[in-house]
Amino acid sequence: MTEVVTPNGFTLDDAGQRVVVDPICRIEGHLRIEVNVDDDNIIRNAVSTGNMWRGLEVILKGRDPRDAWAFTERICGVCTGVHALLSCRAVEDALDIDIPANANSIRNLMMLAQFTQDHLVHFYHLHALDWVDVVSALDADPRATSELQQSISSWPKSSPGYFRDVQNKLKRFVESGQLGPFANAYWGSPAYKLPAEANLMAVTHYLEALDFQKEIVKIHTIFGGRNPHPNWLVGGMPCSINVNETGGVGAINMAWLNQVSDIINASITFVDQVYIPDLKAIASFYKDWNYGGGLSSTNVMAYGEFPAIANNYTNESWMMPNGAILNGDLGTVYDVDPRDPEQIQEFVTHSWYSYPNPDEGLHPWAGVTEPKFELGPNALGTKTNIEALDEQAKYSWLKAPRWRGNAMEVGPLARYLVAYARGNEEIKAQVDGLLTDLDLPITALFSTLGRTAARGLECSWSAHKMRGVFDDMMANIKAGDVATANMDKWEPHTWPTDTKGVGIGEAPRGALGHWVHILDTKLENYQAVVPTTWNASPRDPQGNIGAYEAALLGTPMADPSQPLEILRTIHSFDPCLACASHVMSPDGQELAVVKIR
Amino acid sequence: MSHTDNQPDVAREWDTLVLGIGNVLWADEGFGVRAVEHLNARYLFPDDTRLMDGGTQGIFLLPWVRSTKHLLIFDAIDFGLPPATLRAIRGDDVPRYMGAKKVSMHQAGFQEVLSSAQLTGEFPQELVLIGVQPALLDDYGGSLTGGVREQIEPAVELACEVLSDWGVDIRPKPAQTASDDRIGPGALNIGAYESGRPAGVEKLQGQR
Repeated sequence: MTEVVTPNGFTLDDAGQRVVVDPICRIEGHLRIEVNVDDDNIIRNAVSTGNMWRGLEVILKGRDPRDAWAFTERICGVCTGVHALLSCRAVEDALDIDIPANANSIRNLMMLAQFTQDHLVHFYHLHALDWVDVVSALDADPRATSELQQSISSWPKSSPGYFRDVQNKLKRFVESGQLGPFANAYWGSPAYKLPAEANLMAVTHYLEALDFQKEIVKIHTIFGGRNPHPNWLVGGMPCSINVNETGGVGAINMAWLNQVSDIINASITFVDQVYIPDLKAIASFYKDWNYGGGLSSTNVMAYGEFPAIANNYTNESWMMPNGAILNGDLGTVYDVDPRDPEQIQEFVTHSWYSYPNPDEGLHPWAGVTEPKFELGPNALGTKTNIEALDEQAKYSWLKAPRWRGNAMEVGPLARYLVAYARGNEEIKAQVDGLLTDLDLPITALFSTLGRTAARGLECSWSAHKMRGVFDDMMANIKAGDVATANMDKWEPHTWPTDTKGVGIGEAPRGALGHWVHILDTKLENYQAVVPTTWNASPRDPQGNIGAYEAALLGTPMADPSQPLEILRTIHSFDPCLACASHVMSPDGQELAVVKIR
Repeated sequence: MSHTDNQPDVAREWDTLVLGIGNVLWADEGFGVRAVEHLNARYLFPDDTRLMDGGTQGIFLLPWVRSTKHLLIFDAIDFGLPPATLRAIRGDDVPRYMGAKKVSMHQAGFQEVLSSAQLTGEFPQELVLIGVQPALLDDYGGSLTGGVREQIEPAVELACEVLSDWGVDIRPKPAQTASDDRIGPGALNIGAYESGRPAGVEKLQGQR
């Protein structure tokens, strides 16, 4: 091809120079992006590939469904609790198990804490460095930084002396010859726009966020018993509550619950006084960098999360609603039904798998994962050292999930657009407030920064929601209900012989579903469709491109050998591909290589 | 038992943290977690020593690393050694490099945790990494390969020496061990994990 228009409305042109961004990684589990740029270094074709093979049925088939959560918790390093929760939901659905109200509240608190922590950590530790030049912070005037801080927030850590101390600490760190977490970046790139003082303020909050992280993880330890891998239970939560003075050993007592309450207050304060003001301050310098919208202005989807009513996984109950928007029509929001075989389907025409009918879409309950690794005729390199992929053929270990045949974006921005279009007053107030403060139209949301902003707003929303959920739970406990688990159907002899279930919900990075088939008390099939599979999806049989590929198109690169712009947009999705690459090596290996051919 | 108890104590100061890192679903990648499980199965430790299965949680392990005086890590290492070579790396020799160009949060490996801890100024006084060069990673759902498995026992012995040097009082655990005295969920324990592996999937290995 040279130039083609995809059915979902994007123009692709692969004539120009090819740029490959590939994290060096000895084993699978990573994302690789290839783009073609034109003579003006504008991205005209984008190829997203996951080089991770995964099929849950090959680790779960034949196992006890009550154990599945423990396995699914290990398929990803950061979404652990989310996978565990949805595994429990899927099995409970299949076995028709209702969980008690307290278990629902505790699960919501754990998930809301996860959202708050994950969004915060993502922003300060991964994404902010795409906008904030750490080295420039060394040149900042601490007094001017203090003035800036005091002009945007009432956060008390704002004195000139405080910022001077942080700057000196940073200087010593840099002068020691190692940049630590800040090494190996594109510092000094003209794509960085913040003044030195804003950079110092953001780096200071990077450090404060590390301290705050110590607090919020306590919620998981208190309710999950174990950190960093909390315990979960089909039928409820594996913790007991005893609010009497003579509480049993290991039971959740009033002292612990008071601690949770304090952490919730601290979370709200930190997010609203540090994260949100930082987000607005940074965004105000990048208002003209309005790239990266991709599918967000047309097709977005959310499954819904945080059930207000135990065992009710519909919009009557979801605090963050379920829905799909097509063709940018915010006036019509469709319900997403994970059971309908016509709605969610996965295609493998461009994925390294084979189906009996190659171009057919399979609903997850009928899903198969049969690997078939082959490079297309126009690929460069070898199977073990791919230099350039051939996107006309199979080119990814990710399947291509579609909703009624449409490529969809999922994640915080998708959730916010669905909630906004559904008329959710809280979300509307947040979004309209931010747009007013930044003097931007609603269309500004359809961008990389819109995605980043939605994540920040949702972090605040999640922190505030913890308060309501906690208060409701305490009222329930004080009324005498301390049940946390329903063990009526724990024993396999109480189960139907052949049954299917689905658990849907939202991970911080987007819609997540687990589909199970239980036969003769054992797992017969297990499929998970994860958010990054939606967003990083390869093309489908019709040629529709996925959210990452769409979002990169049209973006100008200041210097193709420094793909900061690609990282910005990909980071804004909070990508999540199983993280097996922590193997220690003696010299720091570069994490992303860039090849231009 | 006390070192794996359920206290909400993430922020308390620990004397010693023994951290197993890795993904048990990827063959020899599970070495670190299996080693700390084995240490837990064999010995009893004082209250201020904590044994932990850190999985692949990356930056989310930082609060724990900042809260301990002594840190012993079990992990798979890539030092270009022959497969199944055991190596102890101490103090400043433990790599702690990271960069800002990572594509995903999940790339934030344990090295980032160490460098971030250093940046905050809360870094363990003593640090030892006991690692094994993996022989096979590319086997989803598989377990440790023979040579790496044989290094568990020597790795645990080495760990006991290091911990004794740090003044940790280690006692053999009685043969009858309560089933709830585990580091991770029972279904992931190496015995259950290996015996429950679905039949007929090994063929998938090496197809990439």
